Amino acid sequence: MAAAGLLGAVATLASRRLLCAPPGAARGRAAVLGPARRFGASARAWRSSEDKVTVHFINRDGDKLTAEGKIGDSLLDVVVDSNLDIDGFGACEGTLACSTCHLIFEDQIFKKLDAVTDEEMDMLDLAYGLTETSRLGCQICLKKFMNNMTVRVPEAVADVRQSIDMSKNS
Amino acid sequence: GEIGGGRWGWVGWIPCLLTFLLVSCPGFKRPLSTSERVPRICIVGSGPAGFYTAQHLLKHHKLARVDIYEKLPVPFGLVRFGVAPDHPEVKNVINTFTQTAQSDRCSYYGNVTVGKDVTVEELQQAYHAVVLSYGAEDNRILGIPGENLSGVYSARAFVGWYNGLPENRDLKPDLSSKTVLVLGQGNVALDVARILLTPLDLLRTDITEGSLAAIASSKVKRVWLVGRRGPLQVAFTIKELREMVNLPGARPILDPADFAGLRDAIKDVPRPRKRLTELMIKTALEKPGEKEAKIWASATREWGLKFLRSPLEILPTADGKRARGIRMAVTRLEGSGESATAVPTGEVEELECGLILSSIGYRSLPLGSSVPFDRKHGIIPNHLGRVQGVPGLYCSGWVKRGPTGVIITTMNDSFDTAQSVLEDLQAGMLNVSNTKEGFESVRSILQSRGVHPVSFSDWEKIDAAEVARGQLAGKPREKIVDPQEMLQLIGH
Repeated sequence: MAAAGLLGAVATLASRRLLCAPPGAARGRAAVLGPARRFGASARAWRSSEDKVTVHFINRDGDKLTAEGKIGDSLLDVVVDSNLDIDGFGACEGTLACSTCHLIFEDQIFKKLDAVTDEEMDMLDLAYGLTETSRLGCQICLKKFMNNMTVRVPEAVADVRQSIDMSKNS
Repeated sequence: GEIGGGRWGWVGWIPCLLTFLLVSCPGFKRPLSTSERVPRICIVGSGPAGFYTAQHLLKHHKLARVDIYEKLPVPFGLVRFGVAPDHPEVKNVINTFTQTAQSDRCSYYGNVTVGKDVTVEELQQAYHAVVLSYGAEDNRILGIPGENLSGVYSARAFVGWYNGLPENRDLKPDLSSKTVLVLGQGNVALDVARILLTPLDLLRTDITEGSLAAIASSKVKRVWLVGRRGPLQVAFTIKELREMVNLPGARPILDPADFAGLRDAIKDVPRPRKRLTELMIKTALEKPGEKEAKIWASATREWGLKFLRSPLEILPTADGKRARGIRMAVTRLEGSGESATAVPTGEVEELECGLILSSIGYRSLPLGSSVPFDRKHGIIPNHLGRVQGVPGLYCSGWVKRGPTGVIITTMNDSFDTAQSVLEDLQAGMLNVSNTKEGFESVRSILQSRGVHPVSFSDWEKIDAAEVARGQLAGKPREKIVDPQEMLQLIGH
């Protein structure tokens, strides 16, 4: 298997620790055809329903997908763990090397999200259909106030990077 | 008599029993009803375009079988050979591609050169649809005197060299020059500058052993990225620029004069261009923060951006064999923003340097007479991925759109082409009631030509060997750069 790819992902994740994930649960996530990938020991203690958060995703075709996650899960974790049918979501597995987990939030939720870092903004800048309430799903971790929120999956046409490159003189 | 009972009733169970036995035998081909036809689709190229096209087809069609052909023994195209060694997280897509390759209805056939070992026509005979995703293996040329002197390389070949692309393994670039000029200001230009200037202890990546050794004894101290236009037209993006600004051991040289008045010019431009320009302005004009000041004070290497310079001629050494410098036209901008053009002012400038890397774009090549090719734009003429004038032939990725954009751009584009194939299947445009044999027909063609395809599990053996060798050197992998060695390893 592409073990080195996995090793690379774990090493990178270790250095890009998301504040919300429990320590020792370093993992890469990708929306793939099969079951979600996990690596490293993710020792998840039994949690009560108080720690569960329900999220609604409006997919590109207008379908509403509802999923549940635990407090501390990133939205990328939720999509992958629930095997949500969102094409191409999370290509770089949560390492801030793409913008495929771009999501649009409701105003009142957006205001309460943790501040965006330069690193996230750099990748968000390249996402198609950027809005005032856009964030990258891999950087947003579930908190109680997000229970029953609705996020929108934006259209996935070519991103800004392409239009910058295509403007070269021929 | 009674159904299923009576003296001879047991006979009635025979067809049922036989059917059960037949269906449970491996390899049995259940005769298909008229409603079930298996579309057989062939994809040429195993980079992101090939794999994302395959992925989308397999996900959205329950029966389709997809075969991916690749000319090298090893898969993944530019993810393996283009993405910089110090950007491993970008290569995480290999995990999802691996899952696709390992899935039931997908097969990988490496070491098969379409156009030589098997023709596109032969593939069209064997498959209901053929998708060309073979990318851009060549580069644009400068078209100036001295371009072929020793010491001048395309960035594409240089990247191929440090990434272990077999055809570039003997590049042996001369890194004894203190100053390097990179022509072009895109992300590839930043990649090559960064690899040349990164401290060695940070290069213990999947960069090849040979190139790491060469870089270790490199004399390169300063890299210029030269562009024909100005700061507002740079093609690189902010993440890569930030990486360069923060590069340990290196100091940026940006001429404040290049950035005068720019803050006003970007007041109303879209956020991405604005933030990118702001970072350049900040780096050029403001006092560095504590972290940067520390790095820059002790820096032993430098990198800089030169604007409004268009290459005219690469100047040779006295013996006429090697590059010693470059003559450039000083330009000015006409128009503004993305569509500004560079116009010569009449002034000329010369720079001394012994190593010039031209990073002005990759370029696709035509496949053969049966596949139309637009030489002006370097793409296969198509509409939404359907090749013009050739039913059943499609394209995705750089050969469809042109060689720009990152993996996400190719992903979306590939999904688009897959969508066209799915639409055509649904509309009955691809006659799947006409059974096609897929690889079964191609196998005998390859055999008769002495070609041995490499399977995905063969690749996994090569992969394991590379990882094992890498472990000995403290690297994620040590790439095998000789295709013969790869084939020997798998017993071909």
